[in-house]
Amino acid sequence: MTGRARAGRANRTGTATDRLQRLLALVPYVVSREVVGLAETADAFGVTESELVDDLNMLWCVELRSPDPYCPIDLSYEGGEIVVSQAESMDRPLRLGPDEASALLIGLRMLADLPGPQDKSALRRTIAKLEAAAGEAAAASAKVAVHMDGRAPADVQAQVADAMRQGRRLHLSYYVPGRDEATERDVDPMRLLLLEGRTYLEAWCRSADAVRLFRLDRVLALNVLDIAAEVPDTAEHIDVDSGLFRPSATDVRVELELAEAGQWVADYYPCEQVTELGDGRLKVVLRTPDTRWVRRLALRLGEDGHVTAPADLVQEIEEEATAALAQYA
Amino acid sequence: MSRQKTERLLSLVVCLLSARRYLTASQIRHAVPGYPDAFDAFKRMFERDKDELRELGIPLETGTNPGSDEEVGYRISPQAYELPEIRLEPDEAAVLGLAARVWRQAELAGAAAGGLLKLRAAGIDAEETTQPGIEPRLQTGEAAFGPLWQAVRDRRPVTFAYQAAGRATPQRRNLEPWGVVNRQGHWYVAGFDLDRGSERVFRLSRIDGPVAFTGPPGSVTVPDGTDVRTLVQAAGSEPRSVRTAVLRIRSGTGYGLRRRANSDQPGQEGWDVVAAPFSDAGWYADYIASFGADVVVVEPVDLREAVIGRLKGALA
Repeated sequence: MTGRARAGRANRTGTATDRLQRLLALVPYVVSREVVGLAETADAFGVTESELVDDLNMLWCVELRSPDPYCPIDLSYEGGEIVVSQAESMDRPLRLGPDEASALLIGLRMLADLPGPQDKSALRRTIAKLEAAAGEAAAASAKVAVHMDGRAPADVQAQVADAMRQGRRLHLSYYVPGRDEATERDVDPMRLLLLEGRTYLEAWCRSADAVRLFRLDRVLALNVLDIAAEVPDTAEHIDVDSGLFRPSATDVRVELELAEAGQWVADYYPCEQVTELGDGRLKVVLRTPDTRWVRRLALRLGEDGHVTAPADLVQEIEEEATAALAQYA
Repeated sequence: MSRQKTERLLSLVVCLLSARRYLTASQIRHAVPGYPDAFDAFKRMFERDKDELRELGIPLETGTNPGSDEEVGYRISPQAYELPEIRLEPDEAAVLGLAARVWRQAELAGAAAGGLLKLRAAGIDAEETTQPGIEPRLQTGEAAFGPLWQAVRDRRPVTFAYQAAGRATPQRRNLEPWGVVNRQGHWYVAGFDLDRGSERVFRLSRIDGPVAFTGPPGSVTVPDGTDVRTLVQAAGSEPRSVRTAVLRIRSGTGYGLRRRANSDQPGQEGWDVVAAPFSDAGWYADYIASFGADVVVVEPVDLREAVIGRLKGALA
């Protein structure tokens, strides 16, 4: 989420050992289901059908030469249905490693710790079963803790969750800090997200005619309306995983020079460019569709950072600071 | 190249999994196709293969068969290899899919997907369903997360440069890490600071540059009863005295300040008088300055001076 965030690792088909892991899981996947379709299996493993067929052929071709030559794996995929008739000792998947067990257990515990009245029994049962199956590999997961406090007022969150269950439209009074405005709008809820320690409502905003994220701690007031929510079929989830701010090419290009004490700006906002100027000073470039929040940022930074471009924004900031100081005269 | 290697590793795993006794290196060379004929070249390749299998978590055991004087041999015990039986009800399988999604593109996303794949291979149908309720996400933008996770997982001490708040230059820290904690979206590591001889908490985003291991796996002992969650919580909540600021706010503006106000009264000529609690004068002054000419601090004096300083700084 910071300007210098690294991309996640998504590609699992790359190296020889990645493929080996897939091959080792493939045999038990089929064996545990007795018969399973090619298309469905390819989907589960995130490969194409032709990649899957290549995997199956590789498994079928395994031949050990000693003491006597034999082929330990026998399978067929005629008519699009995979059947494994002989799997030697490969009919069970490999144990979970510490990273795998921890990733899943941490996720499950986060869900179990979510505030709210929803039924947690499935989570508790799954955690117990997974801990038992993972054995020692589960131990490391206890060294990661995630606080699930979304800093959202409980009543607001309960009302939103209620509206979602009933499929109703909401009226929001919503505070937009970048403009210091209280806005009024009707929204059709899509989902609730807990992201970077804050709870967001993703909804179809009927004022903007677009999908928007609303931070629940910025909801000033809300009403559940007696109208059914209508999210258009064309509405797509916001890709929150690649960051909440997505600058576009048509945005205004803003340049800031930051002193050492203002360096946090480079960590908090997605910067297009960060250049070291020496003595701990940074020059950052960012893009935004609305410069009002940059003006507010510059005022709060004081001597720790200055906007250097565009010129009209620089002038706006000077005028505002001068006007503010005049009130203290 | 890569295909041949996959075939060789696959054959090696099948061979060692189905062996009822330890197989010597030369028995393995004869049984598994794809190794070079020259023994030295075979040996080097076999060593690398063993390392790769162990890295995948495949329990490669070494030993000698009872009653034989053969050299040391290798096998994979099915009992150590196999995922124990696990059966999930449909509602349990559904939450498993949601749990894996917590990581999405974060550090352990690949591990979550790999774990899910093994569970699917055990016959579990973990669908990627959506359900009403909150979807939590973890993000690990801090570069230090990966090495620190490995350090707490493997119980290894670490060293890193740390830029503490209010210090001009980063300082080298040596830490026995006990655990990592995410609090309000930020990652922290808690542990025993070897230089200061006491428990300390560090924020990952303030770690400057690489994190290096300074000891072997298993060399850190986490004291019994340690609760890193509580340590991090305690570190973040030093008691502070709360004071009250009196502000003049232009009508129809300053919502962010009014939301935390104790009182909000209409004043004169389009201005309201607002009383609001604050504890950190520096932070509060910055925040007030961001409202520009819409907000004036009436009292206390130090807050008033701090805001004036900020505004003058913006003009400098």
